[in-house]
Amino acid sequence: MIQAAIFYLLAGATVLAGIMVISARNPVHSVLWLIFAFVNAAGLFLVIGAEFLAMLLVIVYVGAVAVLFLFVVMMLDIDFATLRAGAMRYLPLGLLLGAALSVELLLVASAWEAGAIAPSAPPRSGLSNTQALGTLLYTDYVFVFQAAGLILLTAMVGAIVLTHRERAGVKRQDPFRQASRTPAETIALARPAVGAGVETEGGVR
Amino acid sequence: MIGIGHYLGVSAILFTLGVLGIALNRRNIIVILMSIELMLLAVNINFVAFSVFLEDMVGQIFAMFVLTVAAAEAAIGLAILVTYFRNRGTIAVDDARQMRG
Repeated sequence: MIQAAIFYLLAGATVLAGIMVISARNPVHSVLWLIFAFVNAAGLFLVIGAEFLAMLLVIVYVGAVAVLFLFVVMMLDIDFATLRAGAMRYLPLGLLLGAALSVELLLVASAWEAGAIAPSAPPRSGLSNTQALGTLLYTDYVFVFQAAGLILLTAMVGAIVLTHRERAGVKRQDPFRQASRTPAETIALARPAVGAGVETEGGVR
Repeated sequence: MIGIGHYLGVSAILFTLGVLGIALNRRNIIVILMSIELMLLAVNINFVAFSVFLEDMVGQIFAMFVLTVAAAEAAIGLAILVTYFRNRGTIAVDDARQMRG
């Protein structure tokens, strides 16, 4: 009973947040509603006992992706009013698409009947959700896990390459030049007479 | 009692909202990216719901991978967006035809 109440609360909040994400006038508000949607989805995961994914959703989405969105929205100086100008023009097309998709999903839902599916990896009793995920992830799915790491590496390199700018006139360290200096070419010993100055050729190196 | 159908319903609504968001905000690529995130969240809810109710952990494993790909996609998409804005001074994507073949 309480589970059902919590489910409907979280589900309603998630759907409301989804509606606000696509209809908010200000993209900053859209991002904040997106965060709200993800937090509520994490709650939905908690209700059916997928605790690890719930925490992962909060950490990855709210902590990283949403902040990235917020950063980009606030960094770019965009006139959002003109971007929204033609939105209502696409409303019929959007509603048509949404209706078609809903009808298809309803057809699938009404025709669907749970067949006999043999679970390939039933959760072992006595293990917590996180332990069960870990034992499976680092044994049977270790190569897929490594591939996921490679995808993240590619994304990181790609994002840096895309957004990095070479600026002219930036003073930068050159470690090779620093390491290849020798005392002979950098130190000049002089013993000037009292009162006489030292001639520094070409300044101090 | 909450069954798998409830979760599939929420997931279907979220996915439809994502499609609707892409159709409505065709000019604003930031909202398009956020709609894609909504659709991927709907997919994740499906994965987790089936995983729990069929008692098969593999669904949650794949939900994790979907999460990974979604994060990478957001990072790359926003990087492309920043570069595009730097070059064009706008993010209206419906007149992005520089690379027409």
